Parts: sequence; C-alpha cells; structure tokens
Amino acid sequence: MLRLETLAKRYKTGDHALKGVSLEVGRGQIVGLIGPSGAGKSTLIRCINRLVEPTGGKVFLGDLDLTAMGGADLRRARRRIGMIFQEYALVERLTVMENVLSGRLGYVPFWRSFLRRYPQADVDKAFALLERVGLAEHADKRADELSGGQRQRVGIARALEQDPELLLIDEPTASLDPKTSRQIMRLIREICEEQSLPAVINIHDVLLAKMFVDRIIGLTAGEVVFDGPPGELDDAVLTRIYGAEDWTAMQTAAAEDAEDAAVAHGAHGRHAGEGERSEERLAGLA
Amino acid sequence: MSTAAAGRRWRRPPVLIKNRRTRWLVYGGLVIYLALAISTVEVNWLRVYEGLDRGWRFVQGFLAPDFVSRWKDISQGLAESLSMTVTSTVVGVLLAVPVGIGAARNVAPMPIYLFCRAIIALSRTFQEVIIAIFFVAMFGFGPFAGFLTLAFGTIGFMAKLLAEDIEDIDEAQAEAVRATGASFPQLINYGIQPQVMPRLIGLSLYRLDINFRESAVIGIVGAGGIGATLNTAIDRYEYDSAGAILLLIILIVMAAEYSSSHVRGWVQ
Repeated sequence: MLRLETLAKRYKTGDHALKGVSLEVGRGQIVGLIGPSGAGKSTLIRCINRLVEPTGGKVFLGDLDLTAMGGADLRRARRRIGMIFQEYALVERLTVMENVLSGRLGYVPFWRSFLRRYPQADVDKAFALLERVGLAEHADKRADELSGGQRQRVGIARALEQDPELLLIDEPTASLDPKTSRQIMRLIREICEEQSLPAVINIHDVLLAKMFVDRIIGLTAGEVVFDGPPGELDDAVLTRIYGAEDWTAMQTAAAEDAEDAAVAHGAHGRHAGEGERSEERLAGLA
Repeated sequence: MSTAAAGRRWRRPPVLIKNRRTRWLVYGGLVIYLALAISTVEVNWLRVYEGLDRGWRFVQGFLAPDFVSRWKDISQGLAESLSMTVTSTVVGVLLAVPVGIGAARNVAPMPIYLFCRAIIALSRTFQEVIIAIFFVAMFGFGPFAGFLTLAFGTIGFMAKLLAEDIEDIDEAQAEAVRATGASFPQLINYGIQPQVMPRLIGLSLYRLDINFRESAVIGIVGAGGIGATLNTAIDRYEYDSAGAILLLIILIVMAAEYSSSHVRGWVQ
C-alpha cells in the first residue's frame, strides 16, 4: 500500500534528518513510529505527502510514485492521504463544519470552497463523521471554542472527510491528558479497523504505542533501528532506540499513573467525563 | 559578613560611553553644535509680534466658528473629501490584498516577492503631498488627483502590514490545509484568510481615518476636497470659516476613530 525506498532528507542547514529509510506498510496496518526528539519522525511522515521535500529515495502509494509528481498531480495524490496533527492544526477562526469540509478542498473547485457551497454528498459525509466522533451538535461552533480532545476529534473527522487511503498521524496525543490520549488513540484504532485504513503514527509515548498499534518502527538519527510487533519491544530494544535508561522503573510508574487516572475518572462515562471538562473550560472563559 | 565591605563606595557605571574623555568630547560637541545651530535661526521679533496678533484672530475665529456664510463651499468640500476617502480606501485595499500576499515571504516565490516589495517601497517612499503634487500636475486640480494619491498611499501601507501579518501566521493551520490537497487560492482562502481577516478589517478602518485626514492636507496642493476649502478660507483671512472647517474635521476624525475601535473589537 505504502512503500518507502531509501527515503532521504538533508536540510539546507546540513541536518541529515533521514538516511535512507525503506519500509512497507500493508493494507489496514497501524504502524507506530517511535524514537527520540530529532530522530526524523516528523520529517519522515511529512516526506510521504511532501509537505517536506525529500532529497533522495522514492515514496509509492499503491503504484503511484509520489516523489515524481508536481502541481495538480501532487494535489490529487495528497487528497488521498489524510493527516492528523499534534496541535490539531484546525483553522481556529473557522467553524467545526468548515474545518471538516476543508477535507474536500482537493476535490472541489475553488468557487465551491470559497462560497462554502459543497456538494450535498460531502455535507452528508461531514455530518456523519461528526456524529461518528461524537461532535454532531458542535458543527457551527468555532474551532477555538472546543477543548483539546474535541479539537483532535475534529482533526480526525477532517482527515476522514478526504476519503483517504492512508492516514499520517503526527503526535496525535502530545497536547492531551492521559485519559483523553487513550480515547483518541482508541478512536483512531477503531476507525482504521472499520475502513481497513493503513496508518503511520508518530508517537513519543511508548506505552500508548504498545497498546494501540500493530507494528512498531524505531527511528534513531534518521535510521530504522527496530521494526517489529509491539511484543518484541523490550528494554534492550528501547535502549537501542533511545539510549540507556531505567526502562522497567519508568514503565511501572507510568502504569501506576494510568491506573490512578482511570480510578479518578472511573465514576464518569467515557464521553461524559470529557464533556464536563470542556464545559468547565467554557465557563471559565465566559 | 566581612567588615571589609563596610564603607565601600559605589557609583553607577557610565551607561553609553565608557571612556571618560570621549564622553566629555561627545557630549560637549553636541552642546556646542546645538548652540551654534540655534544661533543661525534668524528671528524677526517684530514679525513674531504681528504673528501673535494674527494667531489671536485665528483663535477668535475658532471660538466663534462661522458655519453659515461659506456653508455651500464647506459642504461641497466635505462631500468631496468623504467620497475621495471612501473610494480611495476601497480601491486601495482591494489592490493591496494581492500585493500583500505576493510580498509575504512564506507564500510567494522569490521573483514575485521582490516585485511586490518593490511596489510597496515605491508607494511608501514618497509622502502623500509629493504624490499629490505629481498627480495634480498630471491630471489637473480636483478630487480625481486626490483619489489617485490616497489609493496609491493605501496600497503601500496596507500591503506592507498585510504581508507582515501573513508572515506571522500559525503555519500549522496552513500546513494542514495544504495537506488536504488544496490549491493555492484555496490555501489562501482557508489557511490564511481566517487568520489575518480581523487585522485586515481593523487596518482598513484605520486607513480610512488616515485617508480622511490626508485628504485635508493634499487639498492644499490642489487635490480637491475640504483641504482646498480650508486653504481658500485661510487665504481670504476668513478665520471664522476656517475654524468651522477645522472643527468639522476634528469631529469627523473622532467619530471615525470611535466607530473603528468599536468595529475592531467586534470582528475579533
């Protein structure tokens, strides 16, 4: 489905961010990309849809060579790749609905997007997706009125509105609390399974990665140093990826934190807890 | 605490020039130059005395403004100024938007960037009065020259500030729009416009203020409007009418200021 051949990126500053990464992602496979800061994770997924221009190697989506494309072809390829961002990257002053519909920009002519006259099928799909991520009643709110977890749900709906064949997900939980992080990862996982969508997820939280992905790729200094199922990710491998650290103690502590969080929120339902928090937020603003 | 620290003297170290001698030279030189420069300004004290008298008559006119005897000229001048202001602001802003987008380093390719920056530099180099003299010489006296002048000035002002605003946007939002496969106009419309719109509206209103005030100034060099009326009134020593005109200008500028800050708060 997605195939990278010796993908390389050297920035103008001389940083060699990617040193010939080759890998293949099959249909419906969820890949977690882990590695220390500056390992090239973010560069790697941005090279796939060419938000960052690779300096060597090739990217294939199906049979299409994305690296050989330019202009309109590239835009047509990009619309098949949904992307979800770290800080949500919603257009803050637009409404939730406009943000979701912006997933159709690659499909509709300029005048339709300019006048917000999207084809009915696109609007139906957008409403269905908002329903799916639990935000149906927020369609006409401005994106900056939502809480972090809600914004990321909008980000997910926007990516799915594209009818993607592949999801690129850049640190989806980096600005979320532990509980919301798990909810978002679970939602992503469910959606990928429903549509057998492959996904590449940059994620710095190793525990979360082990919980929700099928396969883990460890990136260090622009090179793949581990590629295997989450079960094989032991202390030795973590040391190979991140360098020496007391992994066992860290994981025990993190597990305890997660349990505490679960107990603290145990009384609330999954969505109810988040809804309440966002209401508090809005009340605080008013 | 050691006793050696007691009685230790402290003075603030010199701020700008460390060396004592250069400090005296620089400051002393400045004072001497200032004294010499002032002595070259010739003052005719008799003329100043006469001027005080005229100034007083001006103040009296201002205190007893005469709106009536020249009302026809005044109202015509005001109408001319207002229409000049509104049309030139609208046209100037419309032209400034593409120039501003082209002059933003993060969206425009190098040649277009340089071209648009050149337009901005050209528009901002010359003061409105100079441009007005030029346009009056080209197209004759009257509000058309004023309209062109203000529109030209508006382009440089708005395009420069718009470009700076576009360069300051949150790139992540624009990147997300690009990732959907959006075309360039769609990227501008979805990724950038929502981020710069409130400021663009605020600046346009601010420029409307400026253009009205400028219209009073450039009228003096023949570009029509209330400035021309004011100039005529002063030339004829009709200080009461001139006072009326100045009062009206102040009122209109204050009204514009008040309403624009209102609108700016509302579009945020």
